[in-house]
Amino acid sequence: MSLETHAWPSSYGERAKPRMGFFTDTSVCIGCKACEVACKEWNQIPMSIEGFSGNSYDNSIQLGPDRWRHVAFVEQKLPADARAGDSLVEVAARNSAIDAGVQTYQEGDGLRWLMASDVCKHCTHAACLEVCPTGALFRTEYGTVVVQQEVCNGCGYCIPACPFGVLDRREDDGRVWKCTLCYDRLKDDQEPACAQACPTNSIQFGELSDLHHRAEHRLATLQAAGQEKAQLYLADGEDGVGGGGAFFLLLDEPEVYGLPPDPVDTVRDLGSIWGATGAAALALGVGLAAAVLGGRR
Amino acid sequence: VSPPSSSGSTAASGSRSYHGQPVLKRPVWTWEIPCYFYLGGVAGTCAGIAYLSELRGNEVLGRRAWAVATAAITVSPGLLVSDLGRPERFINMLRLFKITSPMSVGSWVLAGSGTSTAVATANAWTGRLPRLAKLARPAAALLGLPLSTYTAALLANTAVPVWHESRRLLPFVFGSGAALGGGAALVIATPTRRARPARRLALGAAALELGVTEVMHKRLGEHGHPYKQGAAAKFGNISRVCIVAGAGLLTARGGRSRTSAVAAGTLLSAASLSTRWSVFKAGHQSAADPEYVVGPQRRAIERGERAGAARRQPRLTSPDPALGSPATLEPTPRA
Repeated sequence: MSLETHAWPSSYGERAKPRMGFFTDTSVCIGCKACEVACKEWNQIPMSIEGFSGNSYDNSIQLGPDRWRHVAFVEQKLPADARAGDSLVEVAARNSAIDAGVQTYQEGDGLRWLMASDVCKHCTHAACLEVCPTGALFRTEYGTVVVQQEVCNGCGYCIPACPFGVLDRREDDGRVWKCTLCYDRLKDDQEPACAQACPTNSIQFGELSDLHHRAEHRLATLQAAGQEKAQLYLADGEDGVGGGGAFFLLLDEPEVYGLPPDPVDTVRDLGSIWGATGAAALALGVGLAAAVLGGRR
Repeated sequence: VSPPSSSGSTAASGSRSYHGQPVLKRPVWTWEIPCYFYLGGVAGTCAGIAYLSELRGNEVLGRRAWAVATAAITVSPGLLVSDLGRPERFINMLRLFKITSPMSVGSWVLAGSGTSTAVATANAWTGRLPRLAKLARPAAALLGLPLSTYTAALLANTAVPVWHESRRLLPFVFGSGAALGGGAALVIATPTRRARPARRLALGAAALELGVTEVMHKRLGEHGHPYKQGAAAKFGNISRVCIVAGAGLLTARGGRSRTSAVAAGTLLSAASLSTRWSVFKAGHQSAADPEYVVGPQRRAIERGERAGAARRQPRLTSPDPALGSPATLEPTPRA
């Protein structure tokens, strides 16, 4: 995919760095939530307790101003172990899947676990950044999307603009907060806290082009091992947001993990939006003229 | 371990979701915003009517219209500022002019429209600032038009399905709603003898508002469900009832009885306000239910109209398991 965004690297010239990102390989996520904790620690994110959700082992529920990594837990009723009647081919496929590192089947009770660490996607076409009226949201030299907290005035426009529901306002603070892809750490050549804390390398950090290359090999490996539903999400420039700076390998459809299957950057339709708005303004002008100038005084 | 949940199998009406959690965040905008949509429309159309009425020689209507426009546009920034998370930073709205942000464009339109309307009104009522007012009058009238419709662009330019998918018609709903609100306000504020253009405008806009809103609901198709339930439906019903009652009363007695005109104008104002509330609430409902977000997207993929953002086919034929394995990931060099 083309890595270029509207403002990166063009507006940085020689100061532009390679576009950095996350490849979250959910097939090896073990749901330890180290990423959530590391993110909170490093970024000094305020405490937020949602209580007991009843949603499997997920009590942090969703991304938000006080949660920039969120681990999803999905329980599915799928056969976990070899059953009588399974062909040797099926058994072999399952074993090779396990060899490939897809050990997401909980033994014994017929449940399949899916776990995935969600994060801001740092979209190639980032609607949040485009609709921000103050310029608080900007594209960094690494191609990531960051909120300048000293500029944000809490207008809230980015919140419904994000097709992933990533951004939200911190209530007592009034400003919008989200993942910065550890902008401060990147500037010191450190990897983001979540990636460093991840014990299984489910969260991989690096140059986006390298990560894409790795992801293709991983997808092909899993597909060959019989994981038919394995899929790359936001890995292509042709999708509605031009691909993500953070992209994912999923073992089921995106909506199963709470991700939209076809997210679209609203600004793609800006032409028709302004066109209709201008036409309506003109029509209003004609209507006013007709009402006031036409007919009796 | 909790029992297998509905996650990954069914949501309210068919599509899958993650424990029924919303995909989008709900807008944080509160009551100030739909009220501003209404008042901005009133200010915008009244400035236009004022300018045109003066051209036509209807000074009474002109002056009243300038006054109403100023009243509406004076309250507006207050509403908008109080809705900010950091009201003290309101001036950051004018840090940039950004065409991709209808809120930025609108802030400039509101600033220009407010200033010119205030100057024009001061001149119309006191005769002061004659040279400035020569420029300010047409400027206020002209800027009033985008002021009345840009708020639809603001809503349409989001990921909220019920707003985004109505992007071609919502500006017309807001435009006719603005004409309705402005006309109705002037029916209230102007002596009946001088209010004929305001009545014409209000009645024409009432018919349009009913029609365009109906067409928008139809065209939305599956995206339009939020309009059929909850607060969005309630406000929609209030709006329709008020339009029919107000227009009927205005037609029957609006030209003869000031009391009837005031009552009709109030009903039509309520209709204009209710339509904005209906649109506003529909957006909240649309964002809150994952079915409204995921369902149409998934069905468009199934129909082959959209490719979606996920891909199962690898872009290489002979994978190298070592290269793709997280187990063999080189540790990132540390400084």
